[in-house]
Amino acid sequence: MSSENQEFKREMLAALPSLRAFAMSLIGRHDRADDLVQDTIMKAWAKQDHFQIGTNMKAWLFTILRNELYSQMRKRGREVQDSDGHLTETLAHHPEQYGSLDLQDFRRALDQLPPDQREAIILVGASGFSYEEAATICGCALGTIKSRVNRARQRLQEILQVRGENDYGPDETSAPITSRAFVS
Amino acid sequence: MIGKNPSSDDPNAQIAVKLKALFQSVQEEAIPARFLDLLEKLEAAEQRSTLQGKE
Repeated sequence: MSSENQEFKREMLAALPSLRAFAMSLIGRHDRADDLVQDTIMKAWAKQDHFQIGTNMKAWLFTILRNELYSQMRKRGREVQDSDGHLTETLAHHPEQYGSLDLQDFRRALDQLPPDQREAIILVGASGFSYEEAATICGCALGTIKSRVNRARQRLQEILQVRGENDYGPDETSAPITSRAFVS
Repeated sequence: MIGKNPSSDDPNAQIAVKLKALFQSVQEEAIPARFLDLLEKLEAAEQRSTLQGKE
């Protein structure tokens, strides 16, 4: 084992907790998130010659993981057309994994975002990446990431706002109107 | 916006706090043994193939 290999493994281990958190934030289920992390480790290991020691290991692994996720989703999408049961199973959430009710509620709101918006707000808002780094990871323009993050924030506000108001605020008919006014 | 403290009434600040809490709750977990085992196996396989290459 060369020292470069050991350095690669060491850096990969150091990035694993963030990588798991990224997978969990995107998918919302421990079992599927960890399967995706496992696939990512294998892919990254096979491609380690492409990685330059000293560059951003975390960003590199996040890129591999999200590409792997979307390629699996495309494959699954084709399978879903044949079996309805699979989609229901995939969309089932397991919010009991989060301690507080507040976070469970937030998790459900996050799950309602389109995947591109969810990924953008997680990268910028939780993983500590800059807009530029997030754009590189997602393979899109800087402006695209910015607008996805803005739309994600707006949508999350709407979802959480409407939910809160249903508990102790305006009735269901007026809540969407007041929440729209609030956001804009 | 610069220098403004995130207030508890600012919905964007609340979203940021919850998003980070969600992310960190997983990030703080110990790395599952399956990944440590996997890395050991990948490393061992690579060592074997390197040795075979030298023979």
